[in-house]
Amino acid sequence: MGRDEFLFLLAGLKWTVALSVVAFLFGCISGLLVALARTSGIAILERLTAGYIAIFQGTPLLMQLFVVYYGLALIGIQMDAWAAVSVGLTLHASAFLGEIWRGSIEAVPRGQTEAAKALSLGYISRMKDVVLPQAIRISLPATIGFLVQLIKGTSLASIVGFTELTRAGNIISNQIFQPLTVFGIVGVLYFLMCCPLTIYGAHLERKFVAASR
Amino acid sequence: MNYTLDFTPVIEGLPNLLWACLGTFTLAICGMLLAIVIGIGGVILRQSPVKLLRWLTIAFVELIRNTPFLVQIFFIYFALPLAGIRLDPTPTAIIALGINGGAYAIEIIRGGVQSISKGQVEAGLALGLHKAQVFRLIVLKPALRAIYPSLTSQFILLTLTTSIASAISAYELTSVSQRIESDSFRSFEVYFTVTAFYLVISWVMMRIFALFSSRYFSYPVK
Repeated sequence: MGRDEFLFLLAGLKWTVALSVVAFLFGCISGLLVALARTSGIAILERLTAGYIAIFQGTPLLMQLFVVYYGLALIGIQMDAWAAVSVGLTLHASAFLGEIWRGSIEAVPRGQTEAAKALSLGYISRMKDVVLPQAIRISLPATIGFLVQLIKGTSLASIVGFTELTRAGNIISNQIFQPLTVFGIVGVLYFLMCCPLTIYGAHLERKFVAASR
Repeated sequence: MNYTLDFTPVIEGLPNLLWACLGTFTLAICGMLLAIVIGIGGVILRQSPVKLLRWLTIAFVELIRNTPFLVQIFFIYFALPLAGIRLDPTPTAIIALGINGGAYAIEIIRGGVQSISKGQVEAGLALGLHKAQVFRLIVLKPALRAIYPSLTSQFILLTLTTSIASAISAYELTSVSQRIESDSFRSFEVYFTVTAFYLVISWVMMRIFALFSSRYFSYPVK
């Protein structure tokens, strides 16, 4: 495997990072909305978001990407693979992050909400200033764990036909017939992205466990 | 937008799809069994007195947990023939699923084993139980109950992961649906239906796990 092949892999890596960042950012924004709706106390909103989360947690990411990819085309939105995969991963992330954050919003002691209400803080201020800062702290290890899942999930974009790291690996391996070397390197590149996050997540978790003792 | 949904190819392919569901179940169950074996073996290695073995197990777990399954399955798919093992895609997928699930199982089971206090092990040894008996009766069963929820949700994930085995064209739901899709070009209809199938599959799995738990793990704690 020569220098050009490696550079091609790095170009794929760039798209993997871009996909992960976009899906995580938009997933955070929409995931927050999902979590807020899921804990809103409004029965129909809670039902709807619970169903939304159950669907995404009960089906394979690959199928979700397929359905979004072909579904968008169906309703007349022409998108290239990159945009369609971003939408698919964003929806996936919003459901999972929504569920993680629902858990952490509910883990904030009730007294906090009651105290905020007693101080006559409105919903927005109550959430923004009291509940969410604590919930985010609680959710951080799980959120980072999901980010690792998401980075690994971007590899499925290759099956839909988007050239990110895994597909770049596929292309190179078909060219130079050294699949083990190529996928070994691809694996190492993913590992270098994910492992620091995993270690950081585990570190945070230990810190919180120690703090809550 | 003048597209009319046409589910005819899906309805015609229904028998094939239902058989493929069985394929998905087979992959999932065989993968789980292998994962449990690897998980238990890994935990034993992880606690062995030999430093190198402990270290290798940790490296294995972290390597698997921090790389995508798709890359793992490709690697195994190409590595097995080089090692002189010629297998069809489906057994290859089972091995990949087992290795992937096994790495997660090691971490989960280890957490359960650590939750058993040392005093209980010592009490077991003091009663004259053999080391293997202590492991099976005092460590394994209570630990299994403690880890049951996280282990089963990991298995649901493993079941959903089987769809990635379509990348090496193992026999399961996704690869069969891809074949129907490429014959009929009714992509959305096919994948929409198959997504619903997966939802049912994971729901059925969850029910089975819950049933099993209420039968075998419902004895009182204290």
